[in-house]
Amino acid sequence: MLIIKDLKAAINGKVILKGISLEVKPGEIHAIMGPNGSGKSTLAAVLAGRSFVEVLEGTVTYFGEDLLAMSPEDRSKEGIFLGFQYPIEIPGVSMVNFMKTAVNEHRKHKGLEPLSASDFLKLMREKKELVEIDSKLANRSVNEGFSGGEKKKNEIFQMAMLEPKLAILDETDSGLDIDALRIVANGVNRIKRPDTSAIVITHYQRLLDFIVPDIVHVLYDGRIVKTSGKELALELEAKGYDWIKKEVNNNGNGAKI
Amino acid sequence: MAKDHEKIIRDVTSGEYKYGFYSDIETERIRKGLDEDVIRLISGKKNEPEWLLEFRLRAYRHWLTLKMPRWPNLTIPSIDYQDIIYYAAPRQKVSPGSIDEIDPELKKTFDKLGIPLEEQKHLAGVAVDAVMDSVSVKTTFREALAEMGIIFCSFSEAVREYPELVRRYLGTVVPHTDNFFATLNSAVFSDGSFCYIPKGVRCPMELSTYFRINAASTGQFERTLLVADEESYVSYLEGCTAPMRDENQLHAAVVEIISEANAEVKYSTVQNWYPGDKDGKGGIFNFVTKRGICRGDNSKISWTQIETGSAITWKYPSCILRGDNSVGEFYSVAVTNNYQQADTGTKMIHLGKNTRSTIVSKGISAGHGQNSYRGLVRVVKNATNARNFSQCDSLLMGDKCGAHTFPYIEVDNQSAVVEHEATTSKIGEDQIFYCNQRGISTEDAVGLIVNGYAREVINKLPMEFAVEAQKLLQISLEGSVG
Ligand SMILES: Nc1ncnc2c1ncn2[C@@H]1O[C@H](COP(=O)(O)OP(=O)(O)O)[C@@H](O)[C@H]1O
Ligand SMILES: [Mg+2]
Repeated sequence: MLIIKDLKAAINGKVILKGISLEVKPGEIHAIMGPNGSGKSTLAAVLAGRSFVEVLEGTVTYFGEDLLAMSPEDRSKEGIFLGFQYPIEIPGVSMVNFMKTAVNEHRKHKGLEPLSASDFLKLMREKKELVEIDSKLANRSVNEGFSGGEKKKNEIFQMAMLEPKLAILDETDSGLDIDALRIVANGVNRIKRPDTSAIVITHYQRLLDFIVPDIVHVLYDGRIVKTSGKELALELEAKGYDWIKKEVNNNGNGAKI
Repeated sequence: MAKDHEKIIRDVTSGEYKYGFYSDIETERIRKGLDEDVIRLISGKKNEPEWLLEFRLRAYRHWLTLKMPRWPNLTIPSIDYQDIIYYAAPRQKVSPGSIDEIDPELKKTFDKLGIPLEEQKHLAGVAVDAVMDSVSVKTTFREALAEMGIIFCSFSEAVREYPELVRRYLGTVVPHTDNFFATLNSAVFSDGSFCYIPKGVRCPMELSTYFRINAASTGQFERTLLVADEESYVSYLEGCTAPMRDENQLHAAVVEIISEANAEVKYSTVQNWYPGDKDGKGGIFNFVTKRGICRGDNSKISWTQIETGSAITWKYPSCILRGDNSVGEFYSVAVTNNYQQADTGTKMIHLGKNTRSTIVSKGISAGHGQNSYRGLVRVVKNATNARNFSQCDSLLMGDKCGAHTFPYIEVDNQSAVVEHEATTSKIGEDQIFYCNQRGISTEDAVGLIVNGYAREVINKLPMEFAVEAQKLLQISLEGSVG
């Protein structure tokens, strides 16, 4: 589904991603872990098509297509969803209006008619129940005045509405209490279908108790320095990241351990 | 990606102003220039009574002593007032009785603008007075309204048929000496709408006037007079467009509103005069004086304006709150894109006790646009317990545009509470990207974000027009993010 080959990328001339290769197959859940500032969000930004990240080298193919050549909105319509680490507020724009515009753009892309107002509201109701989201949120402006937890839940709600093929969740767990975490994780698990995939970016193991990954990567200083099964997450939880940093620094840059 | 943004800007700013066409209609024009003979000529064409001619001449003589105001935060090129035609009218029978008597070309023009001159069922909620250049072409639903005692007709007809009413109110809110442009208007005004809602009547439909400039080298000087007698209610809407031309054209209108005791007037404007091209060439100079007086106790006047057009806008719809407990409101969205300039706001003059006013101004600047809010809140000595709340927000798109606020507060009564809040924000690339990531294109994202920003004001518009206004906002700003 997604093949990243030797991806190098910079922000304002500073190289952040220093050669990343990764393949996500249909149905897989990948976790990307790593200390702050290692480039996890930057990788998500490249995949979603943010213009301030400059791709220096490498390729990204998505269902055989050159992903980097696609506009951000086309990536969305082709099934890539990014759950933002810091969801953006859009004052005065109701969630209903925002999601209706988004859903109908997706439908148009698939050659479908726009949903009628009543069908749309019905869909919204279903998805709200699916991801256990407070119904009031949907009547407010996009993320405006939402608490940190509400914003994250709102991301999952949007994901449920758009039914992506590849969901990239950037620290959707951070700042959540255990109940909210469970709601978010349950939402993700319910939305997931056997052929859809997810990249779950997280700092902590605890999310991965609920969303069980097939593969865990550690990203450090712009490189994937370790790839393993889900037990790696537990090891990181127990030992922290310092041993990884040390190993990388001892082995010299670029070495995989 | 930066290239993409540039491309969008190019695509859209080169997009045509939708209403920029010119209709080839046989037009009667008088000679260029302004003097007493021209004024007599205009007055004569309308068979006006002597008192009205006198009103015009007094205004003209006063105007000769005035200079154009220099205080607005605007760069106004010099205007040669002798190079303007002050009267132009589509040639047709004086007052067509039925739709069949209207010049088909004229009808076509208004059809193209989406303003049907027939009394159509699906627009049954709206009565229209259509004005082209210097004359009113047709007023719909007059008979239906007349049954309730409501007078809604062109200003010229009102002068002929209800001279006492016109004479009683004309110039009482905006005197002929008021300011340079209002005084000019008082001398040369051609047509406009007149509306009278009798005591105790709730006007059952939206009344609206649609102004169209068509002829070249002409100015448009319409005059609107709206009287809501005691315990009446009316909602009124004004729209306007003009052809695309390289020359600037002058529009200097006057609107007067009188709201008697317990009456309420809602006045909404969707101003879409030709704004000039992307390099700032051409466009309408929109110098307008709008003022209402809440004469009676518990009366209310509410102004809502969506200003997207014109090369230069100079306009301060105001309320004189004379009656006790009277209420004045001003809700405004003003857009300046490319090289447009706007200096707009309001004056709330609190004279009566317990008077309240609300000001919500939302400026949107893009391109090289310059957008100024200028507002006065005055509370006189006797106006105990006056309240004002002002909210002035500016939204900037890009870094070549400007937003400015000039709030003036003059309070002579200790019990007054006057609050002023102001914010400036930039339309964020983050917001646009968030929309993009959900499948929404940049253009649609700008539309969503801007309409969200302006929602408080748009919600004040009559339903039928809110949708139009939303589209208009989006069109006038498309591609201005880069
Ligand atoms: N918008 C930006 N402008 C400049 N530098 C940035 C920006 N975003 C991230 N960076 C830098 O890129 C590096 C990686 O950041 P990020 O991808 O957010 O890391 P992570 O998500 O792993 O914590 C950091 O050094 C950070 O300072
Ligand atoms: Mg991050």
